[in-house]
Amino acid sequence: MGCVESMNYEILMRGGSFKECREYIMKHFTEYIEVQPGFRIFDIHTIGVPPIAIGLDRDFIIFPYTKPCHGTFLLRIEDTAEAARLRAMKK
Amino acid sequence: MLGCPQVPVQTSVALYLINRLRKSGFVPVVAGNKAANTLLVIADPDRHYLGEVMDLDRAVTMITEKKRDFDRCFVFIHNDAGISYAATMGAISKAKIYTLVYGEHYEDLVKNIDFPCTIIAAKAVHNPLPLKKAIDEVTPWAA
Repeated sequence: MGCVESMNYEILMRGGSFKECREYIMKHFTEYIEVQPGFRIFDIHTIGVPPIAIGLDRDFIIFPYTKPCHGTFLLRIEDTAEAARLRAMKK
Repeated sequence: MLGCPQVPVQTSVALYLINRLRKSGFVPVVAGNKAANTLLVIADPDRHYLGEVMDLDRAVTMITEKKRDFDRCFVFIHNDAGISYAATMGAISKAKIYTLVYGEHYEDLVKNIDFPCTIIAAKAVHNPLPLKKAIDEVTPWAA
């Protein structure tokens, strides 16, 4: 998984579909951005059906992470700099 | 582009497709996770069929960063993650996308494919012939 695996992440949803992950973010987080597949978060390129929703909650980033055998996980990771970078994209 | 190898037909059909593409002058490159790639490499030790084999995440990174691209992309799909990878390829690559949909729930998966691609689908789990037949009907190796 690259550096994401070594980060302190929380799994909000396990084995969900890309649609379920998108709906979860849009339902539970008032602040979110929409990006295209391949968009980089940390050191990974996001996988999914566009548009991919990425939630922001203070310094936490909530995003889908897909693996071929295990489906899509919805991860929640705290990172001040990355949250600021994503938030700046909204402007 | 290989999916999770838990459905047996993937490895067999991948080798078949590679062979047909090769005979038509294409240079196939395989991208998959470690298990899916290893199944192919072990099955073809002298590399009669296989050429370049790369890690799936690395392939996505290289295409996204415009360091590599392809003319045609065949994405093996038997679960939701497969659809996500195919949609991603459709967004980041200039390749013509073919989705090879198989497994017990292939019809449900096909309903969720709403991006431009050529869908090749069959209920194939252990027996690769239905998917081989569906591929032959489309002849994706034709110019």
